[in-house]
Amino acid sequence: MDKLNFIYPEIFTSLSIMSLLILGVFKKNSSSLINNLSVLSLVGALILILNYPLEINLNLFNGGYKIDYLSSYMKILTILSGIFILITSSKFLKVLKLFQIEYPILILSSILGMMVMISSNDLIVFYLGLELQSLALYVLASFNRDQIKSSEAGLKYFVLSALSSGLLLYGCSLIYGFSGSTNFDQISSAMIGDQYGLTFGIVFILVGLAFKISAVPFHMWAPDVYEGSPTSVTLFFAIAPKIAALTVFIRFLYVPFINVIDQWQIIIIFLSVASMIFGAVAAIGQKNLKRLIAYSSIGHMGYVLAGICTGTNQGVQSSVFYISIYLIMNLGFFSFLFMLKKDNKYYEDMDDLSGLSKNHPLIALSLLIILFSLAGIPPLAGFFAKFYIFKAVIDQSMYFLAILGLLSTVIAAFYYLRIVKIMYFDQEKIIYDKDYNLGLKLTLIASTIIILFYFIYPSKLIEIVSKIEIII
Amino acid sequence: MNFPILSSIILLPSIGALFIFFGKETTVTGKQIIKYVALFTAFVNFIISIYVWYLFDNSTHDFQFVEEKEWLKGFFNYKVGIDGISILFIVLTTFITPLCIISANNNIKFRLKDFLISILIMESLMLGVFCSLDLVIFYLFFEGGLIPMFLIIGIWGGNRRVYSAFKFFLFTLLGSVLMLIGIIFIFLSKGTTDFIKLYEMGIDPNFQNYLWLAFFSSFAVKTPMWPVHTWLPDAHVEAPTTGSVLLAAILLKMAGYGFLRFSIGLFPAASDFFTPLVYTLSVVAIIYTSLVALVQEDMKKLIAYSSVAHMGYVTLGIFTLTQQGLEGSLIQMISHGLVSAALFFSVGVLYERSHSRLISNYGGLATTMPKYSLLFIIFSLSAIGLPGTSGFIGEFLVLIGVFKDNFFVAAIATLGVILCAAYMLWLCKRVVFGNVKNENLIKIKDLNKSELFILTSLVFPIIFFGIYPEPLLNTIEVSIANLIDTYNYNLNFTNKNNG
Repeated sequence: MDKLNFIYPEIFTSLSIMSLLILGVFKKNSSSLINNLSVLSLVGALILILNYPLEINLNLFNGGYKIDYLSSYMKILTILSGIFILITSSKFLKVLKLFQIEYPILILSSILGMMVMISSNDLIVFYLGLELQSLALYVLASFNRDQIKSSEAGLKYFVLSALSSGLLLYGCSLIYGFSGSTNFDQISSAMIGDQYGLTFGIVFILVGLAFKISAVPFHMWAPDVYEGSPTSVTLFFAIAPKIAALTVFIRFLYVPFINVIDQWQIIIIFLSVASMIFGAVAAIGQKNLKRLIAYSSIGHMGYVLAGICTGTNQGVQSSVFYISIYLIMNLGFFSFLFMLKKDNKYYEDMDDLSGLSKNHPLIALSLLIILFSLAGIPPLAGFFAKFYIFKAVIDQSMYFLAILGLLSTVIAAFYYLRIVKIMYFDQEKIIYDKDYNLGLKLTLIASTIIILFYFIYPSKLIEIVSKIEIII
Repeated sequence: MNFPILSSIILLPSIGALFIFFGKETTVTGKQIIKYVALFTAFVNFIISIYVWYLFDNSTHDFQFVEEKEWLKGFFNYKVGIDGISILFIVLTTFITPLCIISANNNIKFRLKDFLISILIMESLMLGVFCSLDLVIFYLFFEGGLIPMFLIIGIWGGNRRVYSAFKFFLFTLLGSVLMLIGIIFIFLSKGTTDFIKLYEMGIDPNFQNYLWLAFFSSFAVKTPMWPVHTWLPDAHVEAPTTGSVLLAAILLKMAGYGFLRFSIGLFPAASDFFTPLVYTLSVVAIIYTSLVALVQEDMKKLIAYSSVAHMGYVTLGIFTLTQQGLEGSLIQMISHGLVSAALFFSVGVLYERSHSRLISNYGGLATTMPKYSLLFIIFSLSAIGLPGTSGFIGEFLVLIGVFKDNFFVAAIATLGVILCAAYMLWLCKRVVFGNVKNENLIKIKDLNKSELFILTSLVFPIIFFGIYPEPLLNTIEVSIANLIDTYNYNLNFTNKNNG
């Protein structure tokens, strides 16, 4: 058990969850304290991850738990998103009177589940992590329990998620039955010849995973859940579960099943194309910003999947790169949403942005930059993300996918432009409060600046990401 | 030359924009400071670019003032440099921008600060397009220009500004994404996007046709060629004067420049193959849009359609692949940059005074606005290509080039010159001469100082280069000759390989 120090981050997070829970129960009115301590414990977990060299490659617990560069990087992303979510949303929750001790603790436990998912190298471990994260997410979705929409979101997410988990478990059992093991490495060595059972298993598991990242045609829950949940939870939904599910996607497809790539590649291509096109087209009719971002995230997941379907290290790197930029853009977008407050009410319709640039020029400018980046217009960061994806795709001679993907960016540009139009070309309507707290301001400014000036020094993130080598 | 002079030309307007960003528009002095900072930056940039032209060595076709810096490690380098083709566009850009800023300072009634920032950033991006020596860098600048232009049309435009801005943005974006696929493909097959190296390596003729089409889709939209020109009249009509000037004078030239640099330079076999296509489209554009221009009632729309026709000569000249044709289209581009800018400024002057662009609302300006009328006629005549104006040199050389290559096409294209004379002269007749149409026009004021300054500073180069085009021709001659040599060399090379 001398390797136990490599899972200190997980141990530390679970210990903090327990102690914070006890503290919250025994100390009255401690929600602010708990929130701050949760941020601190996430920072602590981050430090613990950075404490050991990221390049190591270790199998723990009989090969069921993997610590490598991919897992460390994705854990860092997840924890960072957790930290920023807690920082930006505290004011929002206070206004909605949802600022309770359970909220940060649920986020922490969900993140713990994601960390387990990210490192899992075994179907059982993976399922364990998945359920831990999902249970917390069900509660979070219906956190604004007095609102019907929020309860509906929670219930909807619970029912559909349970269904997909069922499919996923069925897939796991098929794979176990045909390969005799749940460990990814051992499944890999048991893959000899054509085994239909395994192929079926792959399909079922892919369905379950596609549900988690809301890829078309398993996306139906996303717009409703995004709209119904409190905005801070929507932010969490938009980022963190996708990072974790993406990692599982990569590890599951690339470790045991890379040799049968022709069996799953076409499925992923279909998911990718369908998500890109559907995400772009369906978002056009939306009026609610949260629903819009739900469709936009469906589209973005299409691009991420396009990277994965290449079956190369380069493709994986481009997907990971994409999701990192996506994280920054979404943080910016949502911190913008947190600023649309007037008289203790948050606005989330597109028309509420009307003429925003006149009274709030700086916020409007930030959103303008974020939106153009989401649309993938150079020289903003979003362009580089798409560029890498399509570089990987064209490298595998999948021109059809590349052309479809780039055409769908043009369609998607339309609805991003529409928000810009409402902000900049229309008459002003509402003057919002300007009492932003520091965390919110910093997050918006930081994400805008990163997106805007990314092109000046683009190599660093690429270098970091290109150390991910899943196929050896 | 160790000082990174090209990078500073590219960066300087952005730095100016940054200063303006922190300025305050609400106070009177603040507004003055903003105006002067913008003007000063643009003017200094013009001086620097003239200095670069002065330092420029005419006798070599090599790229000069080359700067190379590691940018994306292992993939792309930031590389800029100029040759005889790009230097003229750079000077054109830096010359037009200060005039735009003077005009904007007087005419833009609200959100002047944002407007000046957009224009300066636009200048940076346009200069970047002409300086870059790497396809990816080129693409960044080329596409980046969409954002400020979208805002310029959308915020300060006319009634149908939203429609026009969206149309402009989506049309150009759709064309460009295909070029992006082409660029990525070139990078993956050649391992570099530095196009000096790509000129030497040549591109596999099996892929040239597809790549040519991918690049063509982008440039054809931007040029704009018939039948994808429909965004241009809308964008021109709805954009504020300054926006129209930028669009017509410089943005359209980026596409012509792209044809010269990439279509001809990188894909000679495909250019050869597709020449009939370009000829057809150009001739259709010249005749069709001239006819459309004849029936326009809106002055801006008329000039916009005439732009399409003039750019038709440019594409025609480029694909003749003769020394005269290429030189002609380059000079035509520069000349059109000056003339269309002047015409749009002129229309802007009238619009400022009586808030109408309809031709039928004007008449008899020769008596009420003599200075204006004189200048307006000079610009119209140079748009027609009267000998003694810069328009003549360009069109004449293009037509010589086309006659060498294809008599039939040349004959039709020459017809376009007559049509051009018809609509421009008719425009002059209706607007400048005749009776004073209504009472507003009696009280109309002639040009004020800044307008006079803008228009006369455009008249000067138009006449000067019309009479004495040597400085332009000397600058481009060697580079064009080299471009044709490379083209023929690569073409023979691929033909030999094929059979």
